[in-house]
Amino acid sequence: MSRRGGKIALLGLVSAGFAFLYLPLVVLVVFSFNGSKLVSVWGGWSTKWYLELFSNEQILNAAWLSLKIAMINATGATLLGTMAGLVLARFGRFGGRALFTGLIAAPLVMPDVIIGISLLLTFVSMEQLIGWPHGRGIDTILIAHITFSTAYVAIVVQSRASGLDRSIEEAALDLGARPITAFLLITLPMLAPALASGWLLAFTLSLDDLVIASFVSGPGSSTLPMVIFSKVRLGVTPEINALATLLIGAVALAAGAATWIQIRRSSRA
Amino acid sequence: MAEAPASGPASTVATGKSFWFSGKGAVAGIPYLWLFVFFLVPFAIVFRISLSEPVIAQPPYSPLFGADGSYQGSFFNYQLLFDDALFRGAYLNSLWVAGISTLVTLLIGYPMAYVIARARPLVRNLLLMAVMLPFWSSFLLRVYALKTIMADTGLVNGLLLNLGLIDAPIRMLQTDFALYVGISYTYLPFMILPLYATLERLDWSLVEAAEDLGCRPWKAFLLVTLPLSVPGMIAGAMLVFIPATGEFVIPNMLGASDTLMIGRMLWDTFFSERDWTLASSLAVVLLLLLVLPIMVFQIAESRREERA
Repeated sequence: MSRRGGKIALLGLVSAGFAFLYLPLVVLVVFSFNGSKLVSVWGGWSTKWYLELFSNEQILNAAWLSLKIAMINATGATLLGTMAGLVLARFGRFGGRALFTGLIAAPLVMPDVIIGISLLLTFVSMEQLIGWPHGRGIDTILIAHITFSTAYVAIVVQSRASGLDRSIEEAALDLGARPITAFLLITLPMLAPALASGWLLAFTLSLDDLVIASFVSGPGSSTLPMVIFSKVRLGVTPEINALATLLIGAVALAAGAATWIQIRRSSRA
Repeated sequence: MAEAPASGPASTVATGKSFWFSGKGAVAGIPYLWLFVFFLVPFAIVFRISLSEPVIAQPPYSPLFGADGSYQGSFFNYQLLFDDALFRGAYLNSLWVAGISTLVTLLIGYPMAYVIARARPLVRNLLLMAVMLPFWSSFLLRVYALKTIMADTGLVNGLLLNLGLIDAPIRMLQTDFALYVGISYTYLPFMILPLYATLERLDWSLVEAAEDLGCRPWKAFLLVTLPLSVPGMIAGAMLVFIPATGEFVIPNMLGASDTLMIGRMLWDTFFSERDWTLASSLAVVLLLLLVLPIMVFQIAESRREERA
């Protein structure tokens, strides 16, 4: 194969890959404006599913609960994950490091059903032993989400921290700054992009989790994925397309803004 | 990871007990304790419950020790798993489905990661964002979209029927095909990102040298690029294979009602049959099956860290 032919074949493959990634999103958006109740039949443009969505209290309540959990989770996971990431990137060798590294890496790959069942059985055992947590609800979902999100934040922070130039911090320390001052004034600002993307990652992971939340939630604490799952199981419901379109729109806006900031910053530098 | 030389007060390497009683120990201790209590201890509890026998009461399993302190755990559940061909089939099928899906994501993901790694910085950032973007929007909704695309009255069948290529809709949903499509689609970014990270750091002068010395491009790729990207392939394969083995949502939404996947079986045993002890032993056996690839992943990771 000639070099040119190879290049064209490669670009064809890559375009097909991106088409594969985006086709479902396009379908969701287009069909959210379909006037017909049947997915396969086009009934003209309509926004009625959006109105239906905004009058569905079950979905709205679940969405609000999920947003609250996602925000608290993201903040907690960023705190814990930043500590863990710094430990991995900076603290060198210490007794128990191998186990620590394993505890960070394992949640990234562990199947959800295993995390879900083991946390639920833990909560049940804890309740018997120490009377807490009482039943299952927001607090148990939060503990579960923070546990798996922390690992993701830690990896993001670790990769940024190990790429940082330490000489600036060392200069500050040589000039008499206390370690905590050097950390707050120099390390933390340099880590800021990693903290922001770690927070967003934890937020998304929490908003997206169905399996673990299903295990550790109690009656009255149904998250958005749990409501969506029970609805789509019964069949196609067009208002879910409207919900998906709103989510995709929000994500695209956030991503667009982030890319724009990044491009502006790199063109200035 | 390279050991930090003692070049300043901040980089003193703490060893032994003193580490845990320093300020650093507190920073390390908080996340350590959290993950220990809420990630490691739970596995021990699952293991303990898997040795109990089911009883109809709260909690629905027998105590591990009797009132007189005697041990009364049993391998009752494991015996059940071992004797029933249905469970063996579910484990084998889960590994098979995860393996095929991993291969598919590798075949689709490699060219994508390659092109992204070789693109100009601006294009590279845009393409990376394009890979990440679907990942940020709800996974459940994307699987649901696949369902509407592959349905008997869905987009693909509608198009093929209209073009006159087929006379009757092809059944795609509730088949293994839909399962492979769903898992490959969902986990594709997890394959592309580690592959990209490896390819991006690759020393391309080695490829150029091979070509200067008369290697044809595809041969240089096979002899130089491909072997050097093995760590990325391993990392990507683990990030896809291990979670896919325990997948519950995708087989439930796209697979046949009798698709044997262990994640699904565990879910049904727990929620429908309410047999907590059998579900626990299903989880323990799955965990044991996955420990080997996780260890491979860990070793590959620490090697990569050492080199970096």
